[in-house]
Amino acid sequence: MIAELGHFALLIALAVAVLMALVPAYGVWRTDATAMAFARPAALVLLAVIFVAYLCLTASFVNHDFSVAYVAGHSHSELPLIYRISAVWGGHEGSLLLWVLMLSGWSAAVALLNRNLPLNISALVLSTLGAVAVGFVLFTVITSNPFDRLVPIPADGRDLNPLLQDPGLIIHPPLLYMGYVGFSVAFAFAIAALVTGRLDAAWARWTRPWTTSAWLFLTMGIALGSWWAYHELGWGGWWFWDPVENASFMPWLIGTALIHSLAVTEKRGLLKSWTVLLAIMAFSLSLLGTFLVRSGVLISVHAFATDPARGVFILGFLVVVLGGAFTLYAWRAPKLVSDGAFPLFSREGFLLLNNVFLSVSAAAVLLGTLYPLFADAVGLGKISVGPPYFNAVFLPLMAPLALLVGLAAAVNWKRARLTDMTRRLRLPLLLSLVVAALLIWQWATDIGLVVLVGGWLGCWTLVAALAEPTRRLRLTGRLPRGVAGMAIAHVGFGAMVLGITFVSLFSVERDVRLAPGQSADVAQFRFQFDGIEPIQGPNYDADRGTIRVYRDDDLVTTLYPEKRFYRGAQQLMTDASVRHSLSRDLYASLGEPIGDAGEWAIRLYVKPMMLWVWLGAVIMTLGGILAASDRRYRARPAALAEAAA
Amino acid sequence: MRYLVPVSLIVGLLVLLGIGLRLDPTEVPSPLIGKLAPPFDLPTLEDDGRVTSDVLLGQPTLVNFFASWCTPCLAEHPLFMRLSAGGSVRIVGISYKDRPEDTSRWLARHGNPFALVARDAVGASAIDWGVYGVPESYLLDAEGRIVHKHVGPISDADWRGTFEPKLRDLARLTP
Repeated sequence: MIAELGHFALLIALAVAVLMALVPAYGVWRTDATAMAFARPAALVLLAVIFVAYLCLTASFVNHDFSVAYVAGHSHSELPLIYRISAVWGGHEGSLLLWVLMLSGWSAAVALLNRNLPLNISALVLSTLGAVAVGFVLFTVITSNPFDRLVPIPADGRDLNPLLQDPGLIIHPPLLYMGYVGFSVAFAFAIAALVTGRLDAAWARWTRPWTTSAWLFLTMGIALGSWWAYHELGWGGWWFWDPVENASFMPWLIGTALIHSLAVTEKRGLLKSWTVLLAIMAFSLSLLGTFLVRSGVLISVHAFATDPARGVFILGFLVVVLGGAFTLYAWRAPKLVSDGAFPLFSREGFLLLNNVFLSVSAAAVLLGTLYPLFADAVGLGKISVGPPYFNAVFLPLMAPLALLVGLAAAVNWKRARLTDMTRRLRLPLLLSLVVAALLIWQWATDIGLVVLVGGWLGCWTLVAALAEPTRRLRLTGRLPRGVAGMAIAHVGFGAMVLGITFVSLFSVERDVRLAPGQSADVAQFRFQFDGIEPIQGPNYDADRGTIRVYRDDDLVTTLYPEKRFYRGAQQLMTDASVRHSLSRDLYASLGEPIGDAGEWAIRLYVKPMMLWVWLGAVIMTLGGILAASDRRYRARPAALAEAAA
Repeated sequence: MRYLVPVSLIVGLLVLLGIGLRLDPTEVPSPLIGKLAPPFDLPTLEDDGRVTSDVLLGQPTLVNFFASWCTPCLAEHPLFMRLSAGGSVRIVGISYKDRPEDTSRWLARHGNPFALVARDAVGASAIDWGVYGVPESYLLDAEGRIVHKHVGPISDADWRGTFEPKLRDLARLTP
């Protein structure tokens, strides 16, 4: 009964979304205020209806209703409650429902928070979001209905994929989807700008907080995914250039570029058509990501649910959305834009450079991701593109970007003077050199060009990011949240550059074979294996190893890596044990037992500054939160009435 | 003019994705096609004798790796029941990493389409055959050569579109 209610709610949602897409658009066409005003209540109703459907699916999971095919496929009677709730998005159908829920959530947020937008803009934005919702709800109802019943009813479920039974994975997909879907708002604003022809500083100001919010969710989502892979896959890696990782990384790169070009459009009224193009691209890449994950055109560790029928549907959807948006762009953008020229040596010039590097990186990632598909399509055979390509292409593009981050904040808008820049950056340059030297002296076990460049660039980004807010504070005594947010996000980027440099250069890894009582030396640490004991989890049995880590005979920590066997899914999982600290991670994961003498294959790592990579992402997110909540964006009605008059 | 560049790139990309949909990246050609099936010597399900690869000779045979814990196997099971009733091909089942009592119960419940069931308890033969996972099926000619390999459950469409033509070819070749 609950499942039927959910299905019914989905059908109602489809009808509401169709109305939300059509009625306001008609209103804009006929300048009919009543029809335009329909958009807001429609967005709220859509959220309510989809929320009902979502609750129904959650209830089916909580109640162990294995007559629902999706529940039977992704749950088990022994699955703990928290994972039954998160299992809702553990498979294709449910994650689509979550996607739709978030889309309607973003639409409702636009309807509620942007009450002061001109009526026609807000109507067009919500109508575009409604049209996207139509596509996704149709997709769910036609090819991926999570409420389908299963006959005969199985006695028990097939369990949630054990890979997904991890605290990090509870929130990783929702955050990622929040980011993906969030770019639909910037996309909708871009469409509204193209249709109405209103593409000015005010437009950029409306779009900025939405873009930043979507970006910060995506940042957190990607970082959590990497954190999870590090702990759960047991390979000690944290980024694999897997097609699905790339699918989330490309919108992130373009979204980052968009944030910066929006700043130029708001402050200087420049780069308008480029900004609109980026807004369309960010969302297009999100959709492309969905296609790549769901259609099975590429092989990926993430391809949990692939089905060609779904691929055809998403491809059709891509044709409509991307084809439509880019055609609209080709038609309208030339008429709207009159970009003036500006000198390269200025804040806007540097931000343009930043955009060039970010978009070229995104293009390089796209090329590498799609190349196997291309090669297969033209008959060059089955090939795969791996980390060697991506590292070789990507890292050289990031280095100038890190350099620019520090420079851009120190030059003025319009026309900058070299003397100003050098005067402002003298101290940061000196400081960064000192800090980098200290870091390298302390933690680098081997000195080469890469550690010198990467170490310095990281410190430079970190220190130079703080120069602009310090100067502002001294001059005006005030620090707007936007500036503080920018500085903090850049500090995060610097921390990440440092972390990536050190961990990729100085990680020490050993695969050893140990009997209880034996030990192995990795870097300056001694890992002592004390043996294995069986333990029982709620829905798994595990062998848990005990490994004590010593440094000069002092116990540093004890690690408990596990090898788990999930009874429901009949699947083995490796659960690595990691001791994090700012200076290094100590990491152990269990391989296989060897022979009968109690020996085990064990993988041990010492990874310097690993934590900095994720800390960097957290700091960037904090910066994003600060920037998005700047009071400039919370336009007061009075100021807006003035602007409208 | 330059505003048309993005849309043309997108069109190219969409065409590529459309082509990509028709390809199957998981379709890795098996090196065993055209070769003799790897020999095996396994216990029967009831553990009352041995099944060796010699049984595969003499007539075209479908070798199917299955397990009672494998849900997709249930999807192809009705097809196998019809095939064994129609007698169009002999099906030899190899129960893969399964407890014999579970396999027997499963076959009792859903019907037994297999002429013979061998038991590969540790999956050693499956490695020789290059099995990714169950279900997986191999079509063999009367000399025991592998003609075709299918990963995943065989649908009715797979059977009509791929297996039947190949079986007809085999029948023509061996009078």
